[in-house]
Amino acid sequence: MNPVNYLYLSALLFTIGATGVLIRRNAIVVFMCIELMLNACNLAFVTFSRMHGNLDGQIIAFFTMVVAAAEVVVGLAIIVSLFRTRHSASVDDASLMKL
Amino acid sequence: MENLIALLVAAPLLGAAVLLCGGRRLDAVGHWIGTLMSTASFVFGVILFADLLGKNAEHRTLIQHLWTWIPVESFQADVTFRLDQLSMTFVLLITGVGSLIHLYSVGYMEHDERRRRFFGYLNLFLAAMLLLVLADNYLLLYVGWEGVGLASYLLIGFWQHKPSAATAAKKAFLVNRVGDMGLSIAIMLMFATFGTFAFGPVLGHATDASEGKLTAIALMLLLAACGKSAQVPLQSWLGDAMEGPTPVSALIHAATMVTAGVYLIVRSGAIFNAAPDAQLVVTVVGAVTLLFGAIVGCAKDDIKKALAGSTMSQIGYMVLAAGLGPIGYVFAIMHLVTHGFFKAGLFLGAGSVMHGMNDEVDMRKYGGLRKYMPVTFITFGLGYLAIIGFPGLSGFFSKDKIIEAAFAKGGTEGWILGACALVGAAITAFYMTRVMLMTFFGEERWKNQPTRSPEAPSAEPAAEHQGEHAEPHPHESPKVMTIPMIVLAFGSVFAGFFFNLGDRFLHWLEPVTGHSEGDSPLSAATVTGATMVCLVIGVGIAYAMYGRRPVPSVAPRGSLLTRAARRDLLQDDFNHVVLVRGGEHLTRSLVYVDHTLVDGVVNGTAASVGGLSGRMRKLQNGFARSYAVSMFGGAAVLVAATLLMRAV
Amino acid sequence: MSAQLAAYSTSTGEAFQFWVLGTVAVIGALSTVFMKKSVHSALSLAGTMIVLAIFYLANGAYFLGIVQIVVYTGAIMMLFLFVVMLVGVTAADSLKETIKGQRWLALLCGIGFGVLLFAGIGNASLKEFNGTGQANAHGNVEGLAALIFTKYVFAFEITGALLITAAVGAMVLTHRERTERAKTQRELSEQRVREGKHVPPLPAPGVYARHNAVDIAGLLPDGTPSELTVSKTLRDRGQIRDVSAQALNDLKALEQRAEERLERTEIEPATFKREEASK
Repeated sequence: MNPVNYLYLSALLFTIGATGVLIRRNAIVVFMCIELMLNACNLAFVTFSRMHGNLDGQIIAFFTMVVAAAEVVVGLAIIVSLFRTRHSASVDDASLMKL
Repeated sequence: MENLIALLVAAPLLGAAVLLCGGRRLDAVGHWIGTLMSTASFVFGVILFADLLGKNAEHRTLIQHLWTWIPVESFQADVTFRLDQLSMTFVLLITGVGSLIHLYSVGYMEHDERRRRFFGYLNLFLAAMLLLVLADNYLLLYVGWEGVGLASYLLIGFWQHKPSAATAAKKAFLVNRVGDMGLSIAIMLMFATFGTFAFGPVLGHATDASEGKLTAIALMLLLAACGKSAQVPLQSWLGDAMEGPTPVSALIHAATMVTAGVYLIVRSGAIFNAAPDAQLVVTVVGAVTLLFGAIVGCAKDDIKKALAGSTMSQIGYMVLAAGLGPIGYVFAIMHLVTHGFFKAGLFLGAGSVMHGMNDEVDMRKYGGLRKYMPVTFITFGLGYLAIIGFPGLSGFFSKDKIIEAAFAKGGTEGWILGACALVGAAITAFYMTRVMLMTFFGEERWKNQPTRSPEAPSAEPAAEHQGEHAEPHPHESPKVMTIPMIVLAFGSVFAGFFFNLGDRFLHWLEPVTGHSEGDSPLSAATVTGATMVCLVIGVGIAYAMYGRRPVPSVAPRGSLLTRAARRDLLQDDFNHVVLVRGGEHLTRSLVYVDHTLVDGVVNGTAASVGGLSGRMRKLQNGFARSYAVSMFGGAAVLVAATLLMRAV
Repeated sequence: MSAQLAAYSTSTGEAFQFWVLGTVAVIGALSTVFMKKSVHSALSLAGTMIVLAIFYLANGAYFLGIVQIVVYTGAIMMLFLFVVMLVGVTAADSLKETIKGQRWLALLCGIGFGVLLFAGIGNASLKEFNGTGQANAHGNVEGLAALIFTKYVFAFEITGALLITAAVGAMVLTHRERTERAKTQRELSEQRVREGKHVPPLPAPGVYARHNAVDIAGLLPDGTPSELTVSKTLRDRGQIRDVSAQALNDLKALEQRAEERLERTEIEPATFKREEASK
C-alpha cells in the first residue's frame, strides 16, 4: 500500500466535515464537523511529515491542535451564551444578518 | 484725461439707474434727467475729442484701466476702456445722435404715461452701446453687446400691451441670440488661440495664428455682426422691430445699435485681413443684404418698414465695405456716420409725420403733406437727398467711396460687387423717391377717408383715438421735435462734405484701421458718373410710377416679386419652414430618441439593476450556512483554478 | 516499524490496518454528520479521532498520537459532551432541511471539492516517501522538542498567549455580572418575618419516600401539589413533575386490592372522600 492513501483518507474526511458544516443546523454538531476537518488536515500533515522525512509537519499538526483547543474553548463558550439567550443551539436562528 | 472715459459710460448708466429705480416720483422730470445724462455724456465726448485732436495721430489712444473683472490664472478679464479714433467716432455719433433723439422723444412720448421708463431704457441703451465701443477686450465688448440687445428688446417691446410689439421684441431677441452665440464662440476661440481676448494682443498677433483658426474666428464674428446688424441670414428681426416707438427706431435700429456689427468687423480688421476667405463671405453678405433690403424697401407701404429695409440695405453697404479690408474700412465707418445722421433724420421725420397723422404708418394714406408740415418736409427731403447720394450731400460722398472701393477690390469679385453696389444705389434712389412722393406729394389721400378698416395692420394704436380723430388733421410737430430734425438735417447735408474735405476722415481713422487705395479698374470719375446715372434712373422710374400717376390708397395686388417683397422676400416663411418646422421635427425626433433610446437605456439599466438586485438580495438570507456554502464553493473554484494553472 | 516506514510501500500489516480502520474512520465521520442526536455525533467523532490517533502512530508521529488521544479525545471531546449535556442531551435534531437548495448545493460543493482534492493528490506524484526513521532517530518527542524550542519557539510562545486569551475569552463570554448584591441569610429571614408569611422554612419537596426528587412538588392533604415545595428556578422553567395523579391512582389500586381481598362491595371510598373534601 502506498502511504498516499492517508492523504486520500484525509481529503475524504475533510470533505465530509465540510459538507457536515453546511448541512447541520445544530451549532455543536457544526463545531464537531469543524473539528473533523481540522483532524483531517492533521492527518495530512503527519503524512507529509512521513513523506519528507522530517518533523516539521508534525509540529504544524501540533500547533493546529493547540489552536483547535483554543478555538473549542471560545466556540463552546459562544454556543453556551447563545443557548442561554435564545434557548436554542440552531445556527439558523441567528439569522439577523439579512436584508 | 483718461478718467473722463469712464464718465462717458457712467453718466447714462447713472441716468438709467435713477430713472428705473426712482419710481413714479420722477415721472415729472424723468425725461429731462435722461436727456441731461445723455447730453452730459456727449459733452464728455466732445472734451475727449478735443483732447485727442490736440495729440499726434500716433498717440490718440487713451486707455483707462478700472479694475480686473475676472482674474483666474491666465484668464484675465479687465474692465478697461480704450478710446481711440474709431471709438471716438462712435462715441460722438452715439452720444450726439442719442442726445438729439432724447430731446425729440421728450416731445414724441409726451402723452405716454410710461415716459420715464422709456428714458431709463434709452439711457441704459446709451450706456451699453458706449461700453460696447469703448471696451478694450472682447469680453467687455460682449457685455455691451448683450446690454444693447437687452435695451433693444425692452424698447421694441415698449408698448408691450400690443401683442405685435411683444412678439417683435421676442423675435429680435431670439434672432440676436443666434448672433450672440457667434460672438461668444469667437471669444472662446480667441482665448483658445491667443490665450487672451484683449484687443491689443489679439489684433497685434493675429497673423501668428493659422489661417484656418482665423477664418473660424472671423466667420463667428461675422455671424455676430449679422445678428446685430440685421444682415442676411439673420435679418428678419429688423422689420418687425419697427413696432417700437419711432425714436427707438431712429436711434437703435437705424443710427447706432445696428451698426455695432460694422464696428465689430472694422475693429477686428486685423483678423479679417488675415482671413481672406472670411472677408469674401463678408462682402457677399453685404452685397446680398444691400440688394435684399433695397428690394424689401421698395415694396413696403409702411413708412417705417420701408425705412427699415433701407437701413438694412445701407448697413449692407457698410458690411460690404468692411469686407473689402483696408480699402473699405474707413469708408464703412464714414458711411456709418453719415447714415447715422440722415437715417436718424429720416426716422425722426417719419415719426413726425406719424405724430401728425394719428400714428398712421401706411404711406398710401398720406400724400401732399408738404403744405402741412413744412419743417418735416424740408428735413426729410434733405435726408432723402443725402441717402440717395445727391451730389454734394453726405450720402453722395460716403456711398460713392464704397462703390469705388468695391470696384477697387479687383478681379471678377470687384466687378460683381461694384455692380451690386451700383444696382443697390439705383434701387435706393427708387424706393426713397417712392417714399418721398407718396408721403409729401400727390393728392391728399387721408381726406374723406372712411374710418379705417379694423383689419388694417396698424389699426390698433390709432383705434384708441378713433373716437376723437375720425379724420387726421396733419400738423407740424412741436419745436422739441423739429430742432433735432433740423440738426440732423444739417449733418445729412454737410457731414460728408466736411469729412471728405482733404480726406479728413481718412487721416483721422487711418492709424486705427489702416488704409490702402486698392487697384480700381475704373477711374473715380467713371464710378461717380455711373452712380449718377443709376441715381437718375432710379428717381426717374419712381417718378414715373408714383409722381405722375395717382397712388391708389389700397395696395394693388402687384407682381409676384412685389408680393414676395411685401412679405420681406419670404424671410419669415423661410425661417418658419426651414428653422421652425425643421426645429420642430428635430426636437420631436430627439424627444422620440430620448424617450425610447436614452430613457430606454437608462430605465432599462435601472430596471435590470433593480431586478438583479432583487434576485441578489435573496442570497442575503441571513443564514450563516448559506454564506458558508458560498465560501466553500469559492474555495472549490480556487482549488480548481490552482489545479488548472498547474496543469497548463 | 521505523525501517518499514522508509519504504515506498508500507507493510501488509499497515495496509490491513489502514483499510480496516480507515473504513471505521469514514463511518465515524459520516455518523458525526448524520446522527440525529448530537451526543451520538460526539461519540462518533471521538471514535474517528481515536482511529486517527492510531494512524498518527502508524505514521511515526508517536507524540501526536498520544496527544490526540489524551488531549483531543480525552479533553476536547469531553468538553463537547459537557456542552451537549448542558444544552440538552435528549434533544434530537430534525435533519429536514429548511433552507431551499442548501442541501443540494452543499452536496454539490462537497463532491466537487472532494473530486478536486482527489485529482490534486492524484496528480501530485507523491511517490517518494522518506519515512520518519531518520527524524525519529533520537526519539520522536526529543525531535519535536528540539524543533519547538528552537525553530518554532516564537510560534510556540504565540500559541501560549492564544490559549490564555481563549481561556479568558471563554470566561468573559460565559460570565454574568450580578446586578445587585446578594442578600444575606439574615436579611432574608428579616424580610420573611416582616412580610408575615412563610416565616418557617418552606416545605420540603417530594411525596412520601418514593418521589423525593427536587422537581416533584409535595402534595397537600387533599392531594393537590403545592408549588411552594419546589425551587423557584424549576418553577420558572416549568420543570415540575406532577405526581399527584399517580399517588391517587396508587391509592385507588391499593384500596381495590384490599376490597377484593376482604370481598366487600365497591363503595369508592377515595372518590367519596375527595368529594367531601372539596365541599
